[in-house]
Amino acid sequence: MPTSHDVLFRTLADPTRRAIFERLCREGEQTVGALTAGAGISQPAVSKHLAALKQAGLVRDRPEGRQTHYSAQLGALAPLIDWTSRMAGFWENRFDDLEDLLKRMDQ
Amino acid sequence: MSEASTETLSVVVERELPFPPEKIWRALTQPHLIEEWLMKTDFAPVVGRRFDFRADWGGVDCQVLAAEPHSTLSYTWAAMGLESVVTWTLTPAGAGTRLRMEQSGFRPDQQQAYQGAKFGWNRFLGNLEQVLARID
Repeated sequence: MPTSHDVLFRTLADPTRRAIFERLCREGEQTVGALTAGAGISQPAVSKHLAALKQAGLVRDRPEGRQTHYSAQLGALAPLIDWTSRMAGFWENRFDDLEDLLKRMDQ
Repeated sequence: MSEASTETLSVVVERELPFPPEKIWRALTQPHLIEEWLMKTDFAPVVGRRFDFRADWGGVDCQVLAAEPHSTLSYTWAAMGLESVVTWTLTPAGAGTRLRMEQSGFRPDQQQAYQGAKFGWNRFLGNLEQVLARID
């Protein structure tokens, strides 16, 4: 069974799809038309990438009139960005050095 | 997923140290000592003061939020687009001290957190590992 990591990696492995996602992250909500204008590929191709991103939970669509607006769902990246365990490792090392320093310090 | 996107994450490291709070406070607040276990800094334990930590790989921008001698020290910690708050708590424990560090405030849905992850955070940690490898 694919894990959420697998799905995210697979979805973001495609450079064009990743560029679309990064643009949504950078510029906020966009329509398919606006995304196509800067993508260098056809509108159906952009729509296909957006569908894959949506499937992975990386974008959300919001219909408004005849347009659909897409926005990045950064929370979906959480499994990839394990801040807490990385920072915990950083601080554990700092604590080690602090303890060494305390041993060397005068009272 | 919606829960994860609004959750504030924190890191807690806690250790009992065989030293009095006064001594640990010095190591946490005197720049020439901080430099020995964390990074170069122009820190001073004055609430509101802005300071930074500096290393080969970049730096961390901070501001003092609280400084209760021998008991509590708190400052903001902004590095590579990640904004958080670091709080140190010193509690006497027997002949020594229980030292607690909590870094909180990461939100996985934050734009800057994503940008930080993408453009700087991996580099930050990669360089950090190199720096650490050079330190005995």
